[in-house]
Amino acid sequence: MTVRPYDATYRAVPLTHKLADIQWTLVVLIALIASFGFAALYSAAGGGMSPWATPQIVRFGVGLVLLLTIACVDLRVWMGIAYPAYAVAFLLLVAVEISGRVGLGAQRWLELGPLALQPSEPMKITLILALSRFLHGLGPDDVSRPLRLFAPLLMILAPAVLVLMQPNLGTATLLVVGGALLLFLAGLSWHWIASTGVAIAIAIPSAWQFLLHDYQKQRVLTFLNPDTDALGAGWNITQAKIALGSGGFLGKGFLMGTQSRLNFLPEKQTDFILAIIGEEFGFLGLMLLLGMFVAVIWSGVRISLAARSHFGRLLAMGVTLNFFLYIMINGLMVMGLIPVVGIPMPLVSYGGTAMMTVMIGFGLLMCVHVHRQVTVPSHSSGMI
Amino acid sequence: MTAVFGVLAGRLYQLQIENGELYRNQAEDNRINQRLLAPLRGRILDRFGVALAGNRRNYRVLIVPEQTRGGVEVTLDALASIIPIDARTRAKVLKDAAANRSFVPLVVAENLSWEDFARLNLDLPYLPGVQPEVGDTRDYPYTEELSHVLGYVAPVSPDEKISMAETLAPDDPLSDVPGLRVGKRGIERTYEAAIRGRAGASRVEVNAYGRIIRELERDQGTPGTDVHLTIDRELQSLVHEKLKNDSAACAVMDVDSGDVLALVSTPGFDPNAFNVGLSPEQWGDLTNSDYKPLINKVLSGAYPPGSTFKMVVALAALDAGVITTETTFSCTGAFRLGTHDFHCWKRGGHGTMNLRLGMKNSCDCYFYQVALKLGIDALQAGARRLGLGQATGIEIPGERSGFIPDRYWKQATFKEPWQIGETLVASIGQGYVLATPLQLCTLAARIASGRQVSPRIVHSLGAQVVPRSVPEPIGFSAQALAAVREGMNAVTNEPGGTGYWWRIPDKQYAMAGKTGTAQVRVITRQERVTGVRTNESLPWALRDHALFVAYAPINKPRYACSVVIEHGAVAAHPNVQVARDALLFAQQRDILGRAPNYPIKSAAALL
Repeated sequence: MTVRPYDATYRAVPLTHKLADIQWTLVVLIALIASFGFAALYSAAGGGMSPWATPQIVRFGVGLVLLLTIACVDLRVWMGIAYPAYAVAFLLLVAVEISGRVGLGAQRWLELGPLALQPSEPMKITLILALSRFLHGLGPDDVSRPLRLFAPLLMILAPAVLVLMQPNLGTATLLVVGGALLLFLAGLSWHWIASTGVAIAIAIPSAWQFLLHDYQKQRVLTFLNPDTDALGAGWNITQAKIALGSGGFLGKGFLMGTQSRLNFLPEKQTDFILAIIGEEFGFLGLMLLLGMFVAVIWSGVRISLAARSHFGRLLAMGVTLNFFLYIMINGLMVMGLIPVVGIPMPLVSYGGTAMMTVMIGFGLLMCVHVHRQVTVPSHSSGMI
Repeated sequence: MTAVFGVLAGRLYQLQIENGELYRNQAEDNRINQRLLAPLRGRILDRFGVALAGNRRNYRVLIVPEQTRGGVEVTLDALASIIPIDARTRAKVLKDAAANRSFVPLVVAENLSWEDFARLNLDLPYLPGVQPEVGDTRDYPYTEELSHVLGYVAPVSPDEKISMAETLAPDDPLSDVPGLRVGKRGIERTYEAAIRGRAGASRVEVNAYGRIIRELERDQGTPGTDVHLTIDRELQSLVHEKLKNDSAACAVMDVDSGDVLALVSTPGFDPNAFNVGLSPEQWGDLTNSDYKPLINKVLSGAYPPGSTFKMVVALAALDAGVITTETTFSCTGAFRLGTHDFHCWKRGGHGTMNLRLGMKNSCDCYFYQVALKLGIDALQAGARRLGLGQATGIEIPGERSGFIPDRYWKQATFKEPWQIGETLVASIGQGYVLATPLQLCTLAARIASGRQVSPRIVHSLGAQVVPRSVPEPIGFSAQALAAVREGMNAVTNEPGGTGYWWRIPDKQYAMAGKTGTAQVRVITRQERVTGVRTNESLPWALRDHALFVAYAPINKPRYACSVVIEHGAVAAHPNVQVARDALLFAQQRDILGRAPNYPIKSAAALL
């Protein structure tokens, strides 16, 4: 890769300075949150490092290296590869649609040699990158122009439809909501937001009728009344609530959770890992975890606000926003406040691709922090 | 963003703090499974401690519908590839599954072989909701021999379940024990409450698939109480062996205490089959047989006592003073009353008869004339004193009281006055007179002991002796009793006596007895002229019943016995000699002289 000065403000910064500039408190916070996950995975395996805890720690280690590496690469490089990266991720989505292997009842996995990849995960990052890249050149007034809006909307909806076809309602929703919020933060007028909201409200009944799979409808219905099918589809919700509730204030203690140990909690190591934490560490443990999440989000927002480049601001905000949405949806789902959608708890749930996505996201966030003083002209297209 | 975290925290507060207790209980319910443990049924033992009804290991398989994946039917299909499940069982399990709450375990198969059971356990991880269980089941080692005494156990019926719930202690979950058996007949039924015990429970930790992780606590329950019978198993077997091809009944009892030593009704049935479950074919065989194996003939069969009733007439008459031992009547083969001839069984007649000869020859004409002097009222009173016409009160359900007619009953039932001729018919134990074999045995015992003994078969429940009073004297004079005993002695021990054929030659063990033949058809006038048809020439169901009552030894009676062979009055009643065999066996074995193995061995307890 050849690095060349692109505009007047660019000047090379030594790597050691960049490393010193990294927000290490945020890195430690992320590691602490991940450790909660390690403990829960250790417990979910009945007190064993395999099959979950060890791979998860390895992935986190790799992710940490990735985070630091990404943070030290010039922000404008990321700006420069935003569109190509988006294009690659989009092609992967198309590929999985064509030849994906069926895992967990949905075509979500793509096998690339020894790696099994979930292309919807890189799409989350590249969509933020591409949107930030696109919106970077637009002033707040430009965003609300219908013609200008066409391209970002397509960028959001095209992958969302592909993901929905997999089918993966949760991730599709996240892509749309995350993208829309980013548009809003970039200055999209309230009128658009409001009218879209109304349109969605109108669209829901027909979407229910034509777009949702039976299992998705079942999830919604079950959510509305889990007791009608306590042994079938309502099982997850009911058992997760029992696990959480039975933890009480202090929890049953590490490795003492009966719900998870006796396999009453399906998917306990992935989407419902919060239930294990709630059962074993109680209200106190979960509040600590949520507190750390809030601290991470707070850091993200501050990094975003401190960035001098519009691209940096949008990228940091997009990553933070996405992180927040994950926490919100997974939290609400495990606590039985919204239907079950396949959204893991970032950093905590078991899963390789998701862990990488989150760490790459934090890498970009950290990159924005390290390069907060970098300014990028509105007509710039990054550097390669 | 703040709002979202507020909602999450609030929801956590609601779930974990506010409703924590509720969910803690649900988590406990999840992980803890209560399994009811059927208590071990108390055994039923004979007087020497031999187990007549015990328990044996039972390998069985249960299904808990709510724990199955894919429903009971799918699970049954999977099971059928491992252990044999026939269509009938399958239908029954599905019916039970529909009728019970989904957490109630249903019994699919019982009495599996060890091989099948081991194979099933191997496949268990792929069969959620299937519970293998090693339990105990009722075992009757002597099968048919004691079927009518012991009865049997079978699955509890819905009605019984309801009535059971009322009698159980409130904390006793017995009626919910899967596959519970309750006593349906015999001692099993009479003492059900004592024999069944109190159910226990095992609290086990299970995982989401119902697999048991560990046992948390175990309440073994209380085993049922043992019931000690007065039966002598060897005597019972001997009698059963002799009678098993007949439709017959036989009772042997201690003349002093009334302890029943053998109580046989043949044919019997295998009580184990009821426990395991009868096929419709087996049930059909049992209910359709002419020999009626399900009827306990020894106390539910009421027969005309025939000539065995003549002791009753004699005692009543001596007691009333209408005859003495020397009063004679003549027999010409028939006794004419008004325009009607009452025939003696012997066509030419017996000539002049006193009491001893009348009994020895079982002369009908003699007793017609005694009865004529005695009258039905005194006869009925005498019969009741000897235990006839009323239930003996033995501890086995289904006893019939027999019947001794009187003029008031006749008037009330038929709106007709009592006829003198009916008294004559009654005097030879025919007509309205009915008695059970057990009553006839009681009759012999009362004559032998001179006391109002009544049969009993249960000595003690656990260590608790069933209380019993010493029998009162019967109230007949010693002379009257001696005269009747002398008559019975003549029957069996004097050449020409109707029971001489079956005598016990050894003086030490000699018995006194009385034969009887109960007519089951009307002998027509035509037949009287052409000659009464022999029993051998008649179809089985029209042949006379053969009866015999006896006690032994003569000098110091210890045992009484009665035998009824349905339609067995052919050529010298060969099969009633079982009475002789039983009495001889009992004396030589010296049942009453051997120490019984009751839990309480006091002098009072022996009585």
